[in-house]
Amino acid sequence: MSRELMKGNEAVAEAAVRAGVVSYFGYPITPQTELLEYMSRRMPELGRAFVQAESELGAINMVYGAACTGHRTMTSSSSPGVSLMLEGVSYIAGTELPMVLVNVMRGGPGLGNIAPAQSDYNQMVHGGGHGDYRCIVLAPCSVQESIDLTVLAFDLADKYRSIVVLLTDGSIGQMMEACELPPMQPLKTKFADWAVQGAEGRERRFLTSINLDPAAQEEMNYRLLKRWVEVEANEVRYQEYFMEDAEYVVTGFGSSARIALSAVRAARAEGIKVGLIRPITLSPFPKQVYANLSDKVKGMLVVEMNAGQMLEDVMAANRYRIPTEFFARLGGVVPFPDEVLEEIHRMVETPIPTDSHPRDRWFARVMAKG
Amino acid sequence: MQTEVIIAGFGGQGVLFGGQLLAYAGLDEGKHVTWIPAYGPEMRGGTANCTAIVSDEEIGSPLVRYPAAIIAMNRPSLDKYENQVKPGGLLVVNSSMLDRPVKRTDIRVLEVDAGDVAERLGDKRMTNMVLLGALLANLPVLPMSAIENALKVHLPERHQRLLPKNFEALREGAKYKVN
Amino acid sequence: MVLDNCELETTVFERPDTLTGANTHYCPGCTHGIANRLIAEVIDEMGMREKTIGVASVGCSVFIYNYLNMDFVQAPHGRAPAMATGVKRVLPDRMVFTYQGDGDLASIGMTEIVHAAARGENITVFFLNNTNYGMTGGQMAPTTMPGQKTTSSQNGRDVETQGYPIRVSEMFSKLDGASYIVRRSLHDPKNIRMAKKAIRMAFETQVRGLGFSMVELLSICPTNWGMTPKTSIQWLEERMIPYYPLGDYKVHPALAEIKL
Ligand SMILES: Cc1ncc(C[n+]2csc(CCOP(=O)(O)OP(=O)(O)O)c2C)c(N)n1
Ligand code: SF4
Ligand SMILES: [Mg+2]
Repeated sequence: MSRELMKGNEAVAEAAVRAGVVSYFGYPITPQTELLEYMSRRMPELGRAFVQAESELGAINMVYGAACTGHRTMTSSSSPGVSLMLEGVSYIAGTELPMVLVNVMRGGPGLGNIAPAQSDYNQMVHGGGHGDYRCIVLAPCSVQESIDLTVLAFDLADKYRSIVVLLTDGSIGQMMEACELPPMQPLKTKFADWAVQGAEGRERRFLTSINLDPAAQEEMNYRLLKRWVEVEANEVRYQEYFMEDAEYVVTGFGSSARIALSAVRAARAEGIKVGLIRPITLSPFPKQVYANLSDKVKGMLVVEMNAGQMLEDVMAANRYRIPTEFFARLGGVVPFPDEVLEEIHRMVETPIPTDSHPRDRWFARVMAKG
Repeated sequence: MQTEVIIAGFGGQGVLFGGQLLAYAGLDEGKHVTWIPAYGPEMRGGTANCTAIVSDEEIGSPLVRYPAAIIAMNRPSLDKYENQVKPGGLLVVNSSMLDRPVKRTDIRVLEVDAGDVAERLGDKRMTNMVLLGALLANLPVLPMSAIENALKVHLPERHQRLLPKNFEALREGAKYKVN
Repeated sequence: MVLDNCELETTVFERPDTLTGANTHYCPGCTHGIANRLIAEVIDEMGMREKTIGVASVGCSVFIYNYLNMDFVQAPHGRAPAMATGVKRVLPDRMVFTYQGDGDLASIGMTEIVHAAARGENITVFFLNNTNYGMTGGQMAPTTMPGQKTTSSQNGRDVETQGYPIRVSEMFSKLDGASYIVRRSLHDPKNIRMAKKAIRMAFETQVRGLGFSMVELLSICPTNWGMTPKTSIQWLEERMIPYYPLGDYKVHPALAEIKL
């Protein structure tokens, strides 16, 4: 296969096409729109379904319908649009249907702006819609990984009858990088025993998320949990850089991790023994990796483009054992590597307090700067 | 080895395409590349810029505060980016659109009357090519042949007849050397 | 633009108090600016600047609150009529209006607008129809005409798969709650003057407590149409007006007495 230069958003679209997506429903919103525009051309060309819905609410419910048929389906949006989809997301979870949702995050809350941000971590990882459910959340940090994880997303969605979120941001979506696309997969021909396609020669089926009997609803919740236990056992993914002899650890996901990688390399060049952990699955979260960090790790720096949403998960995962610092830029401001490097220096040079919260210390520093 | 280039100017000056050419050429040379635009709402009249990085290893941040080289195609871009060139780095400016000289003395400066050169060659829209030619002749990032090849492949269909002119623009630009 | 049949202007233009004087971010030639100004002039003439609350929507006009000098709130995409309802119900003696694009009003916000009209909500709506989503870069809107090329209908809107446009004024004229529904255009001085009168009439509808009023304004988007402002004006005249005929679609009888 030849390597080509592609924009993140378009790469995700083509990867989904090659993974056998049969229908796409969406609504324009920056910085995701190229994905929709690409699909508006590509899907009809292949005789597959494309609809620009009247809204994200329309789009997610079109996906709901399409998912009921057992065929691969997806939608994509950016933060404000994803908020609008969450009712449908909860219903899809409540109906135990597979689907892929791409969220190209931007600055918020509210209308915010269109710059890259990571402030939907909690929304995607810890809920979003109402009710007790979990989504698998994949966080690529490059165009190539966006492609690979898109293909994986469809497989995981089918395997676990689950919603899989590809959580990227404006910078990964707008960036062009070298990448290789996967081969075109044939469309699914075998369907699960719940798919609604007409009761030809079989008992009729119906799909619903209503469970008036609490006991039956509890059964359903148990079923979701059982599947989640399996997901947690089998699907955790992460990447480590320079961890063999690391005395300090930087951690972050997606864009933050890339920026941190530049800073970590620079610190290594200065002789600082620092490594990087990058969760690829934010949900299931790679808890063990943080739990297993050896006691020779003297400090950890969590870098995010939100006010410390993953930070809480990282600290809980290592049971508040490793002294931790936090650094972030908010609202669509993307940190530069030198800012992270400065934080690495601080972590290495000054003792890390353990009697206050890293977010509070970081914020006090921000406020002190004025 | 990693080289970062920011190209900045008005929308419509070929800022984004210039950066993409660097990325395409880097890709053909087997390098790691990233290209990232400053994107905005559609409304016109604004400034445009992009960052292209060419590297021998996996690229971390696609944005850097102090790039190795900057092409400033107009006055607002010079004002915004002059102080960001890495010390010892290269600043290429389109002097046809400037009413002030470059102030920095700790960097290599190349003033190219690229707008005029392009106009002389027959099309002002080739200003970006003149500047790119000047950049490549003064920054050991990619061979000119790689850019020419990328141009051949990626110049939009409707502009293909302008290919020889664009080559000429690159070469004219390459005549400028930091003294 | 047809210039030869317009009268010579003798008025020296002044900036209406209701305009802040800030430079707009609209593209050169865009008619959003004209619409903003007309609203400002009318509010000046009515002396209502300090009694009016605007509700901005999401689209190229998102920063209208920077240009119109009065109290403003900013709604989520499509929800301006609902927010306006909230403001108006609490402050019934204020003049409340929304300013919405065709994507905002006729696509994502169709529910809110239809129900505001059906309720006879005593608010005024300015509806800028430029047949596409301007702000996000020219995607298909519910008003995009059959065959029209946009970035999400790249071979031209195919009614087989992408359906037909919505004629909003015609549709709303069937709602009992609506009192004043008209379509105007911003393509030449004569039509601009007629648009201004309609804006006044819509506000008068509200001031008289007659219920829901809406002025649809045909508008150009040179940037995303890929045309100069001049050819855009021509295109509006030749292509849009036949599809979206100008006129009064519903006028409450009580408005007949108002002479402007
Ligand atoms: C929930 C949500 N979805 C999508 C968007 C992105 N968005 C911003 S403006 C816009 C379209 C605006 O088009 P229109 O209303 O026609 O106004 P115009 O720019 O053409 O004046 C869209 C889809 C958003 N801000 N919020
Ligand atoms: S994009 Fe279109 S609607 Fe928006 S300001 Fe520009 S011309 Fe006007
Ligand atoms: Mg519009």
